[in-house]
Amino acid sequence: MSGITAVVIVMLATVLIGAFGIRFSRTTSDFYVASRTVSPLWNASAIGGEYLSAASFLGIAGLILAHGADMLWLPVGWTGGYLVLLVLVSAPLRRSGAYTLPDFAEARLESMTVRRVSSVLVVLIGWLYLMPQFQSAGLVFRTITGAPAWTGCLLVAVVVAVNVLSGGMRSITFVQAFQYWLKLTALAVPLVFMMLAWRADGAPGLDPGDPWALPLHGRDHVVYETYSLILATFLGTMGLPHVLVRFYTNPDGRAARRTTLVVLSLLGAFYLIPAAYGYLGRVYDLPESDTVVIALPDRVIGGTLGELLTSLVTAGAFAAFLSTSSGLTVSVAGVIAQDILRGGVRSFRIATILAVVVPFALAGTARSLPVATVVGLAFAVAASSFCPLLVLGIWWRRLTTAGAMAGLLVGGGLACAAVLATITGGPYDGWAGALLSQPAAWTVPVAFAVMITVSLLTPSRVPSGVARTMVRLHTPETLNVDRGDWRSRSA
Amino acid sequence: MSGKPRRVVVTSPRTGAARRPRHPLTREIDEQTQLGEVYMKSLVRTQFRLALFVCTVLACVVGGLPLLFLLVPELRGVRLLGVPLAWAVLAGLIYPAFVAGAWLYVRQAERNERDFAELMDAE
Repeated sequence: MSGITAVVIVMLATVLIGAFGIRFSRTTSDFYVASRTVSPLWNASAIGGEYLSAASFLGIAGLILAHGADMLWLPVGWTGGYLVLLVLVSAPLRRSGAYTLPDFAEARLESMTVRRVSSVLVVLIGWLYLMPQFQSAGLVFRTITGAPAWTGCLLVAVVVAVNVLSGGMRSITFVQAFQYWLKLTALAVPLVFMMLAWRADGAPGLDPGDPWALPLHGRDHVVYETYSLILATFLGTMGLPHVLVRFYTNPDGRAARRTTLVVLSLLGAFYLIPAAYGYLGRVYDLPESDTVVIALPDRVIGGTLGELLTSLVTAGAFAAFLSTSSGLTVSVAGVIAQDILRGGVRSFRIATILAVVVPFALAGTARSLPVATVVGLAFAVAASSFCPLLVLGIWWRRLTTAGAMAGLLVGGGLACAAVLATITGGPYDGWAGALLSQPAAWTVPVAFAVMITVSLLTPSRVPSGVARTMVRLHTPETLNVDRGDWRSRSA
Repeated sequence: MSGKPRRVVVTSPRTGAARRPRHPLTREIDEQTQLGEVYMKSLVRTQFRLALFVCTVLACVVGGLPLLFLLVPELRGVRLLGVPLAWAVLAGLIYPAFVAGAWLYVRQAERNERDFAELMDAE
C-alpha cells in the first residue's frame, strides 16, 4: 500500500513543483539568460537528473540479472559516452550557439533541408526513448498495485503531458537537479540496508564456477553484440536530444567542458549501484525482470523496513519516468512545433500531445522488450546519425551539405529499419537476430563512410561560411574575433 | 624604500616608427587571410589531436577488454579484489578512470586555448 502512497507523492510533487516553476519562470525576465548563471555542479546534476531514465534506474539491474557480466558494459557505455562527448563535442557545441540538434545542422551546413531531416530523426529517437519509459511505468505500477499495465502507462503519460503543457517542467534546472539526487538516494539508501542484511545472512556468494558472473558467455554472437553495444552507447550519448539542450545553459565552452566533467563523476557514482542490485538479485534468486530493483528490498530485508525501502525505490523509479519523459517530451515537442508545424504556442500544444500520444500508442502495441534494450536501440540510432554529423561537422571542414544529408539518411535510415524490425517482429535467430537487435556495429561505420565519401565527391557543396563557423566553434570566448551572426531560432 | 624615487622618462627608440595595430592576429582571422587560416587550422588540429589521443586510449581500454577475454579465456575467471576481473573493472575501477581521464583532458584543452589566446595577444 505504501508503494501507491509513494507514487502519489512523487506525482503530486512533480505537478506542484511544475506549477511553482511557472511562477518562477514568469518572474525571471529572460529564462535562458537567468539559467546561464547556474554553476557546473547544478548544471551537471540537472543533466544527470534528465539522463537517468527508467533504463538506468530499473533496466540495467534487470539485464545484469538476466544476462550476467556482459551487461556491465551498458552502464559503462552510458557513462563513457560523456567522455567521448566531452573530448569531441562539448565546448564547440556550446560555442556554436545551437540549442537543438537541428539548430546545429542548420548553423554548420547552412541548409534548411538538413535541418528538417535532423528534426525528423530527433522526433524518432525521442519516441523510441519515450516508449520504454511508459512501458516500464506500466510494469512497475502493475507490480505494486496489481492494476493492468496500461493504467500506469496512461498515468505517467498524462502527468507528463499536463506538466509540459502547463510549462512547468520547461528546462527548470533546479527541478531536474533535484531529480538526480532523489534518484541517487532512492537507489543508494536501500542498497546500504540490503548490504547490512546480506552480511547478517552470512554474506552468501555465488558458486565460484557460475558462468553468469563471467564475461562472454551464454548467447550466440556474444562478442559481436558486446562490441556493438559498446559502439552504440559510447557514440550515441552525444546525439540524444534532451541531453544537448542542457549544454546551452552553460555560459561558455569552458564551462560546458567543466560541466561534462562533473556529469561524468555524478553518473559514475550512480552507475556503481545497479550492478550491486543485479548481483544481489542473482544471489537471492529473484526472477529475471525489469522489476528486480523494486522486488529486492522486500526479498532481502522484508518486514516494515523492507516495505518502506520498496516505497523509496518505487518513488525513485517514478521520478525517473517523469523527469526523463518530461525532458524528452519538451525536446520532441519543441522540434515538432518549430520545424514540422508552424511554430508558436498553439503548435507547441499540438506538438506536445503528438509527442506523448505516439509513444503511448507504441507502448501498447510494440513487443515488450526489456527497457534498457529499447533505450539501447535509441542510442544506436543516435550513434548512426547524429554522431557522424557532430564529429565531422565540428572537426572536418570538407563536410558538405550533400554528404551530411546522405549520411543522416543512410545511417539513420538503416538503424531505424533495424530497430523497427526488432520491436515489431522477431525475435530473430542467428546472425540476422544479432545484426538487427544490435545494429550499431555496422550502421555507425556505414554512416561515417557515406558522409565522408559523398562529401569528397561533392566538393562544390562545402558551405560558404565554413571558415567563420570554424572560428566560432573553436576559438575561446576571451578572444575578440568575428564569429558570424547566426542565431538559434529555437531559443 | 626611502625617499622619493627619481622620475625617469621612458621613451621608445621607435616612437617614429609606424605602429602595428593592437590585435593584428585576430584581425587576420577576421579577414580570413591565409595567415589567419593557418592559425585557425593549427588550433583546430591541436585540439583534434588531443581529442583523438583520448579517444584512442579509451578505444584501447574499452575495445581491448572483450578482446582479452576472448583471446585469453583463463582471464575470465581471474579474481581481483575478491570478485571476477570483469566486475572489478566494469562495475568499479573504470568509473574513476573515466573521471581522471576527463580531468586531464579538460586541463590540457584549456591550456591549448590559453596558449592560442596568448599567441593572438602577443602582438
